[in-house]
Amino acid sequence: MNARLEAAFALLPQYLGWHVLLSASALVLGVALSLPLAIAASRSRRLRWPLMAFASLIQTIPSLALLALFYPLLLAIAAASKALTGQGFSALGFLPSLLALTLYSMLPILRNGVAGITGVDPAVVEAADGVGMTSRQRLVQVELPLAAPVIMAGVRTAAVWTIGAATLSTPVGQTSLGNYIFSGLQTENWVFVLFGCAASAALALAADQLLGLIEAGAARRDVRRIAFGLIGLAAGVAAAILPLAGLGRETAYVVGAKNFSEQYILAELMGARLREAGAAVERKDGLGSAVAYRALAAGEIDAYVDYSGTLWTNVLNRQDNPGREAVLRELTVELKRRDGVLVLGSLGFENAYALAMRGARARELGVESIADLTAVAPGLTLGSDLEFLSRPEWKAVKGAYGLRFRTERSYQPTFMYRALAGGEADVISAFSSDGRIAADRLVILADPKGAIPPYDAVVLVSPKRAGDARLLAALRPLIGRIGVAAMQRANFSVDRDRDTASPAQAAAALAAEIGLSD
Amino acid sequence: MAEPAIALEGVSVRYGTHLALSDASLAVGEGEFVALVGGSGSGKTTLLKAVNGLVRPDAGTVRVAGAAEGEPAHLLRRRIGYVFQEIGLFPHLSVAENIGITPRLLGWDAARIAERVRDLLALVDLPPEMAVRAPVALSGGQRQRVGVARALAAEPKLMLMDEPFGALDPLTRDALGEDYRALHGRLGLTTVMVTHDMTEAVLLADRIVVLQAGRIVADGTPADLLSAQVEPGVRALLQSPARQAERLRARLAGAA
Repeated sequence: MNARLEAAFALLPQYLGWHVLLSASALVLGVALSLPLAIAASRSRRLRWPLMAFASLIQTIPSLALLALFYPLLLAIAAASKALTGQGFSALGFLPSLLALTLYSMLPILRNGVAGITGVDPAVVEAADGVGMTSRQRLVQVELPLAAPVIMAGVRTAAVWTIGAATLSTPVGQTSLGNYIFSGLQTENWVFVLFGCAASAALALAADQLLGLIEAGAARRDVRRIAFGLIGLAAGVAAAILPLAGLGRETAYVVGAKNFSEQYILAELMGARLREAGAAVERKDGLGSAVAYRALAAGEIDAYVDYSGTLWTNVLNRQDNPGREAVLRELTVELKRRDGVLVLGSLGFENAYALAMRGARARELGVESIADLTAVAPGLTLGSDLEFLSRPEWKAVKGAYGLRFRTERSYQPTFMYRALAGGEADVISAFSSDGRIAADRLVILADPKGAIPPYDAVVLVSPKRAGDARLLAALRPLIGRIGVAAMQRANFSVDRDRDTASPAQAAAALAAEIGLSD
Repeated sequence: MAEPAIALEGVSVRYGTHLALSDASLAVGEGEFVALVGGSGSGKTTLLKAVNGLVRPDAGTVRVAGAAEGEPAHLLRRRIGYVFQEIGLFPHLSVAENIGITPRLLGWDAARIAERVRDLLALVDLPPEMAVRAPVALSGGQRQRVGVARALAAEPKLMLMDEPFGALDPLTRDALGEDYRALHGRLGLTTVMVTHDMTEAVLLADRIVVLQAGRIVADGTPADLLSAQVEPGVRALLQSPARQAERLRARLAGAA
């Protein structure tokens, strides 16, 4: 079997287990919340309109944004809870995903619930009153049984939506089938992307069929069908989440990674070091830049690699640039003081934000530094990754050099390089450790004014693991060992189009190169 | 005089700004068969529903014999049979379950309900194998017989019927009407029936109450209402069955 496919199958029990647990919980919670609301709305016209409007409004929020919005909200609630009761909870991962998906699942159930109940033949409702039923008896014995097929159709729709949207819980730190898609998209592992899509589609299809059996049973008042459907669902959920019970939740170290190749490779490297030390390791992949640091400070991940300039501007909100050494020194002191986060040290290379151009194009325009760019920028297109344009570094560069491009476009990083190669962008926001810089013959524009801060790759350790001898012993040998050329090679082995390595393979090669493999 | 089975005093019902029933007073004695007649919108259905609490009066009082002060409407309804034109059989229940619904709400045991359902099927002239059928598998006349059986299930003394036979073909309608009239006598029921069909009212009822625009405008036996005291409009209404019969006879004679 294809090695990539094999790797995908190896991850399936964990990804599928979480995906099923998450979607099933969200759906159960969604039904439990929507059904009483649908009943209330079917009884009261005054309630119906605002309720349906609210549910529709939620549908208009892109699901990824809805998931992302719950993280800061829960973080604030968790902090308040910690302050009030001394008992905090994790704002990352399962909880924000569960809440967002629950809200997302509510509209079809609500809409069909109201339609089903209000759609019961008025003569039958009058008869129910006429034979002497109480309002509750009428609901339970007449209205709900007659509305059941319509309600179940809504539950089916909700199930399909929820299972699909659950793939988006990966960026907020919840493992799901989305891990295949997000990491595959990043490392151009199309087998992973397809595998993730297919697995999620197959899951949605299976859930839809089983719920369909219950729907048909409800319509034909066939108890056997309903029982088969319910048993099938319960058995499927139980079988899927069984592998999760085997995960050592207590002792495992959680290694985090943001959403690009270098991060996946370094997380693999750190994970391998920890496993060699005999520790269990869990991964939280594809985290957003700001999410990752907050998750570490809150102890939801134990270690990950961040970059000094990012922490400097985004966490400490500094605009100045006192130089590489000073930034690193001050960060170490400040992060410890503010959040108890341990800066274990720099890995030995920088992955700076840099403006890059194709070599030929730069020569043609006579551009060598960002300062040269100022004059020609109004005729050029800037391609950036998804966050660069909203980062303080961009503001600093723009301000320092008075840059103004004709157009600014955001891309997923892989496609940003494609856009530059294809001439759709003239300048991109590259990363200095990216292997594609050398491979694509790009030039990095000098920054004579020092507007872009230094970006030393540093290993961060969460407050609760700051004194963990095993973890520190496993990660400390990495400090100062990885040069930028080694990192570029490792990154390129994952990012290139042909003969692509997986992040784990690249991490193993990198470990061998720096003399850390056994 | 004994306490009336139903006593309405000064009952008014308003739907929004529309006065559906205006200051209606009516006493129905035990064992009476009363027809409420009038055109559509005359308030006859509203009056009927005020009796079993499906409609709440805005003014006036409704008393039903044997009802305690402040008895919840659903308990009252379990003691009153109710049949209406749309029937409203529960489509998800079998014929037997439909008939046995009120006894079940009253907490009768299963054996007693089963026996009652058997008796009622015989009473409304339906074969016993009908019990397991779904309502959708019945003809219109059969469905209405099940509706009558369901209304009679908890052995009510009072029956309220709203155009019960209105949607049936003339032959079935005639037969069901006759059958019901016989049941009324045999079981010692008190019946109030809404109809817009004067012929039906004259054929079945002991007493006819005429409504117009929410008011009771005449109340008496068919013979009373033909007397000179009533207003000409009402008398014309009462005479319409006889006039129709005359015309029918004439046309049929002409054709022969």
